[in-house]
Amino acid sequence: MSAAPLLEAKRVSKSFGPNPVLRDVSFDVRPGEVHILAGENGAGKSTLLNILSGIHTQYEGELQVGGVVQKFQAPKDAVRAGVATVHQELSLIGSLSLTDNLFLGREHTNAFGIVDARRQAREARALLHELDLDLGELNESDAVERLPISTQQLVEIAKALAAKANVLLLDEPTSALREPEAERLFERIEGLKRQGKGIVYVSHKMNEIYRLADRITVLRDGALVGTRPAAELPAHKLVEWMIGRDLPSGEHASAAGRDVALKVEHLSVHGVESRPEVDDVSFEVCAGEILGLAGLRGSGVSDVLHALFGDRAGRALGHVQLTSRTGGPPRVERIDLARDLPSPAAAIARRIMLLTNDRKGKGLVLDMDSKENASLASLPRYSPQGIVRDGMETTATARVFGQLGVRGETAAPVRLLSGGNQQKVVLAKCLLTEPEVLLLDEPTRGVDVGAKAEIYGLLAQWARQGMAIILVTSELPELLRLSDRIVVLHRGQRTAEFSRSEATQEKVLHAAFGAS
Amino acid sequence: MKLPRFLSSLLSSPVGRAVLALVGMLVLGAIFNADGAFFHWTTHRDMLRQLSVYGMLACGMTLVIITSGIDLSVSSVLAACAVGFSLMTIHMQMNPWLAIVAVLLGGTAVGAVSGVFVGRFKIQPFVVTLAAMVLLRGLAKHLSGGQKISTYIADADKSVALPPIFEQIDARVLGDNIAIVTLIFLLCVAGSAFLLRHARLGRYFYATGGNAEAARLSGVPVTRTLVLAYALSGLFSAIAGVCQAAQEQQGDPETGMGYELQAIAIVVIGGTNLAGGRGGMGLTLVGALTIGYLQKILSINAVGEASRLMLTGAIIVCAVLLQRRK
Repeated sequence: MSAAPLLEAKRVSKSFGPNPVLRDVSFDVRPGEVHILAGENGAGKSTLLNILSGIHTQYEGELQVGGVVQKFQAPKDAVRAGVATVHQELSLIGSLSLTDNLFLGREHTNAFGIVDARRQAREARALLHELDLDLGELNESDAVERLPISTQQLVEIAKALAAKANVLLLDEPTSALREPEAERLFERIEGLKRQGKGIVYVSHKMNEIYRLADRITVLRDGALVGTRPAAELPAHKLVEWMIGRDLPSGEHASAAGRDVALKVEHLSVHGVESRPEVDDVSFEVCAGEILGLAGLRGSGVSDVLHALFGDRAGRALGHVQLTSRTGGPPRVERIDLARDLPSPAAAIARRIMLLTNDRKGKGLVLDMDSKENASLASLPRYSPQGIVRDGMETTATARVFGQLGVRGETAAPVRLLSGGNQQKVVLAKCLLTEPEVLLLDEPTRGVDVGAKAEIYGLLAQWARQGMAIILVTSELPELLRLSDRIVVLHRGQRTAEFSRSEATQEKVLHAAFGAS
Repeated sequence: MKLPRFLSSLLSSPVGRAVLALVGMLVLGAIFNADGAFFHWTTHRDMLRQLSVYGMLACGMTLVIITSGIDLSVSSVLAACAVGFSLMTIHMQMNPWLAIVAVLLGGTAVGAVSGVFVGRFKIQPFVVTLAAMVLLRGLAKHLSGGQKISTYIADADKSVALPPIFEQIDARVLGDNIAIVTLIFLLCVAGSAFLLRHARLGRYFYATGGNAEAARLSGVPVTRTLVLAYALSGLFSAIAGVCQAAQEQQGDPETGMGYELQAIAIVVIGGTNLAGGRGGMGLTLVGALTIGYLQKILSINAVGEASRLMLTGAIIVCAVLLQRRK
């Protein structure tokens, strides 16, 4: 398979002002291979990808596609040259339909410029069928924003596939997908390999990397560390290359006490469909315990978290027994979800805090800086009489940023930070509300290995300090590594519970699929 | 084109751009100085006085725009308050301070109602305030019986004296150098600047405008924040209404037509983004001065109304284009 490369970057360098982001990086993709691009956030992977896809047009070095030197002036030049990209952050237009999004910029028009809607709809349906995408009660002409994030990501991928490119650049394409969907994507990728396409794949997930890679290239601090066939680069070496030091393996030692912090009784959440999103789910979490909530898309795990956060007002039923430990002897309070948790503000007041799975859309105000974002949920603490005291706010946020290891320019709008640092800012916001119950929805989505390890350490530490944590994650290894107990949901109902010692990926998946 | 370093960094900040536009306007004034009129203090003093009412409206507008909304009803609230204030003081001979308080409360309440429709019922601000604009203009005409409320009371067929409060508000102080309404305007700017910079509510304005969903999930009381934004806009409109009545020495139900667009133009030229979540009072102040000087320069050069309108429109476009550099 040592044919001429489909895409080649020769000694590419790029700086943003005085900051060098890429230094003398050479990289190529051969036909029929999956070439994984790995590295911590800030290593330069996204920048390299943006150069390859025509977003960054100013750089030193040379780009060749199919042996022909190319100088892209705009993304559409890249697409025309046969390079299609799926970005980490979704670029779909929410109010347009799936079909419109798929054909955006490539509409089938007749001589008068009229769009052939029927033909587009037909091709869209065919593509959905090929990808085995079930939209439930929606179809390809519904607004894409009504679809769950994971489906949107699959649509994004379908869009790139529909462009019929020779080279596919995928930036964390499975970050919002659950295992079975990711698996289907991998099968698709293998099919593309067989067709002789070249695929560049950026990922932080170890098992994904080794599942797919033919070759792996590692970047660190903008420079090329090395390129090897996957077989010649064992995992610990890969991690060492990425972060420049050995990663301590950590098994979270359970800090769970016997005191129940949160007891959920008969939680149900009604949706628009006939079947409730959450159907009579009960469980409990102890102080110091990390409870993993596992389930496929549609299982309702995310809805459970949002309901406990007061974000399913009017649709959630059930009771929650909260044991509050701060400021005096433990008090137990039984609250009615419908009546006592009508909003996120009410939940925060009761020391329950949620980290959503969509930091850019729901977790951060991108134009505000890190400090303002971090203090937002606890602002009353730093603003007696309604006036914000700079000193109090700065002290509190600086302390938490230090604990979390937030790096990057914190006085700049938070949109400029890397994904990992953005996630830490949201975590800082959660921490500053001094929660007794922390609800986490995909806490390490789009976060690099180094930051991930730091977050795992922090979660373990907070659990030791007595916090009760409920964790939802689609990464099974992460779920198994962090959880003291795992409760599995299938189609809104509770199907199984496993302790740390008895849990395995197979058992969890089995229960998630509804098998007993 | 390669710009000198300082110019480049100036252009990259919103405040820098706004100041640059203002400086440009001053240069224009120096050039077209109408036989030196531009260099007299009285020209500048009068410009400030004429600007003041628009400026007060722009203060409230800035707050609302930061929350990613808009308030088209400011001119109608102004008119209704001007009429109300005049009725109370001239015809009903009420204590002027009581009248002022009543009118201010009324304007704030009206704004709050708009805020409830935006925040609670989730109707688009454009639609809500458009309806309010029409409704309140009608109210102004109804309250005034269709006439201007002045010292001549038609029903009784007699004239009364103009209550001193009108002169007091319309006066100049500090040796005739600065108008009271200008001081009121600057106080409004200072108050809202403080709110935006230092108050928790100000921070909530930015958060709601930047990402209302993220704000809500962070425990920000979004509905209450929006109600307060529109209530404050109503308050500033009411203050402007009282000042307008004082300056016109009457309560004219037709006064202030089109002022809402001027207020929006001021905010936009200042550089606050209509999308919300960004901007501030400093920008609006500079924007107000820019428009104020533009109008003054055109007027001392005896430019006709048609040309004035076209020029103002062109300047707005230029200003917005300049802001897109970043």
